[in-house]
Amino acid sequence: MSGLRQIAFYGKGGIGKSTTSQNTIAALAEMGQKVLIIGCDPKADSTRLMLHAKAQQTVLHLAAEAGSVEDLELEDVLRTGYLNVSCVESGGPEPGVGCAGRGVITSINFLEENGAYEGQDYIVYDVLGDVVCGGFAMPIRENKAQEIYIVMSGEMMALYAANNISRGILKYANTGGVRLGGLICNSRQTDLELELAEAMAAKLSTKLIHFVPRDNIVQHAELRRMTVIEYAPESKQADEYRALAKNIHKNKGKGVIPTPISMDELEDMLMEFGILKSDEEMIAELEAKEAAQKTMVTA
Amino acid sequence: MPQSAEAIKDHVSLFREPEYKEMLREKRINFECPHPEETVREISAWTKTEDYREKNFSRKSLVINPAKSCQPLGAVFCGAGFDGALSFVHGSQGCVAYYRSHLSRHFKEPTSAVSSSMTEDAAVFGGLNNMIDGLANAYALYEPKMIAVSTTCMAEVIGDDLHAFIANAKDKGSVPKEFDVPFAHTPAFQGSHINGYDNMLLGILTHFWQNMERNPGGSINIIPGFDGFCVGNIRELKRVLDLMEVEYTIVCDPSDVFDTPSDGTFRMYDGGTTIYDSKAALNAKATLSMQEYCTKKTLAFAKEKHQETASLHYPIGVEATDEFLMTVSELTGKSIPDALVRERGRLVDALADSMSIAHGKTFAVFGDPDFVYGMCRFLMEMGAEPRHALATNGTKPWAKKMKALLESSPYGQDCEVWPGCDLWHLRSLLNTAPVDFQIGSSYGKYLERDTGTPLIRLAFPIFDRHHHHRFPTWGYQGGLQVLVRILDKILDRLDDDTNEAGVTDISFDLTR
Repeated sequence: MSGLRQIAFYGKGGIGKSTTSQNTIAALAEMGQKVLIIGCDPKADSTRLMLHAKAQQTVLHLAAEAGSVEDLELEDVLRTGYLNVSCVESGGPEPGVGCAGRGVITSINFLEENGAYEGQDYIVYDVLGDVVCGGFAMPIRENKAQEIYIVMSGEMMALYAANNISRGILKYANTGGVRLGGLICNSRQTDLELELAEAMAAKLSTKLIHFVPRDNIVQHAELRRMTVIEYAPESKQADEYRALAKNIHKNKGKGVIPTPISMDELEDMLMEFGILKSDEEMIAELEAKEAAQKTMVTA
Repeated sequence: MPQSAEAIKDHVSLFREPEYKEMLREKRINFECPHPEETVREISAWTKTEDYREKNFSRKSLVINPAKSCQPLGAVFCGAGFDGALSFVHGSQGCVAYYRSHLSRHFKEPTSAVSSSMTEDAAVFGGLNNMIDGLANAYALYEPKMIAVSTTCMAEVIGDDLHAFIANAKDKGSVPKEFDVPFAHTPAFQGSHINGYDNMLLGILTHFWQNMERNPGGSINIIPGFDGFCVGNIRELKRVLDLMEVEYTIVCDPSDVFDTPSDGTFRMYDGGTTIYDSKAALNAKATLSMQEYCTKKTLAFAKEKHQETASLHYPIGVEATDEFLMTVSELTGKSIPDALVRERGRLVDALADSMSIAHGKTFAVFGDPDFVYGMCRFLMEMGAEPRHALATNGTKPWAKKMKALLESSPYGQDCEVWPGCDLWHLRSLLNTAPVDFQIGSSYGKYLERDTGTPLIRLAFPIFDRHHHHRFPTWGYQGGLQVLVRILDKILDRLDDDTNEAGVTDISFDLTR
């Protein structure tokens, strides 16, 4: 088990985190690694590209049917997908009720106790958005993921989330062994995106693991519920994911304790890159707009 | 006035005074929207039918009167078994009040455990501050030698991480760095008190053993498990092991703290496995669990540390005690002394003397999985017939093991095993497939009232009879105690059935 690597992908919702993680996993599997994905998102879409299915039956859903988690067997919840990647979705309650974080804790404990981790090279957790509660922090706790990869882009909220996740990691880094593995920029083609991602990585004392360019082929593959690796193995984008997987594979044990920055520092950085405007600039802009409207009316 | 200072009536007679009878009648009519007595009788009769049993057993999402408790209770019990250990439950106060009162009502002794008093804001922001302040207070006020931390469901639902919290609390100086604070996550909504016991014990042993080098010796560890009779049983274990001249450590020994003498000194802590012995237990040749289902994870951990392991199922009676002694003998190479052989002979003699009384009597047994196993085994040894074996915290593998046991004897052929069922299920069973007696906890008294099945109290918790836990149920001596308890109930019942002058008293015999 000493060779087992446990990593987690975190990132703001809608950033393409699940797509990035599954493509990376497919590339890792291509390299001959045995991988188990644990989807920790109530949406349960962390494994759909692997299974070519809409959504996998989740641990919590099956547990609710069986009566309790104790009544479940490992084979009930484990599916095998593309390139023999093992897939599990933890799932969660109906929107507006219950506790999704608890679902993550329950699933991870169940999988560990029932030997799902045995014989794997990689355990990959795919975790929803921010570290919103103790449950979603479960993968960064003691004896779980050693390295966290944050999927982000050049947009303000994605950067904000990346900083927040780093704060979550920092909380546990001193008591456990969790480290920030690095940032993965999933390009949104915003201005100065690469530079911004590198600057953010530097602020957090980490590095940009890979810059994944935007390519429509990802959407084509996704429509067919496939990873790019499977749908278009010869494509340039597939090579991008292979490069990302290689970088992660090489990055073993090179994680750092992140140095999250304050909200003010973050805003200053965004202004520097022109993403966020200062109050004075915004007021000037607004006045200019109103003045223009006035001239139109008088004319 | 029914009550006066000169002649104080207790509640049994007080509430039968005309004033109270009238008041309670008024309350019923005006506030309880009562159904006509005839309807009540009709429904009550219906709940005793096969039809109702079928509906009762198709119940899916509702549990009524489970014969189990929650994980932290087991964790607090486990903590009590260590020298100077204070149980600290991270979570809400009310839960911890329940563990204390539950144990105190059974043992008739004060039970010490503290909580981190999480309230609404702690549920939102996490309970880190409660841990920091709580550990500091508990350490300063109660001067424990170690603090064993477990959790209520509140802390578990929000996902508080004990490992990180305790480290943070130590950083803040709540307790000294080197002070022992083992911990276990014990979500109350999973498993039962026997899992809580297992998790806490695993937490304690992991804490002490994790950074130690094992230096194998000849001693053995004995883990008694969660047991309402721990006071009598652990003392009996020690007596027997001393007779065998075995080198041993009882890992988790609450026999003294749940039975402190009244001599003018209050003992918040008394006896228990010392920190030194807990550490040294790593070097043991083997670890023997008296209750397999209480120690699954702990035994797996001992095995990981290259100890031999063995487990029993609450050994009551001749065969089970034989197995216990032979296992100890095998693990240690010590022979079984004559004194114990003679004890065995006496128990066999007693069983033979009373064979005709117990023979063919039918029983329902409920309680923890190991207890039900051990009890049914002894009943069959007596020639009595278990008919219903029920454990709310019993699993399917347990049921399978039970069936194998029952099939091994002609007296077990008609017994059904009910894993995961509760006492309301048992009520249906006792109504539709009646038995002569039931063996279980005090909660069986409601079944006794509803179904007329006499209850023999031999399982935790026993709230309404005193001091039985001071006597053993394990070993040949314990077997004798259990035998007498069962015989007394059978014979009392026989006297009750034959005491009507001129009608049944032809069998009202002086000699039984």
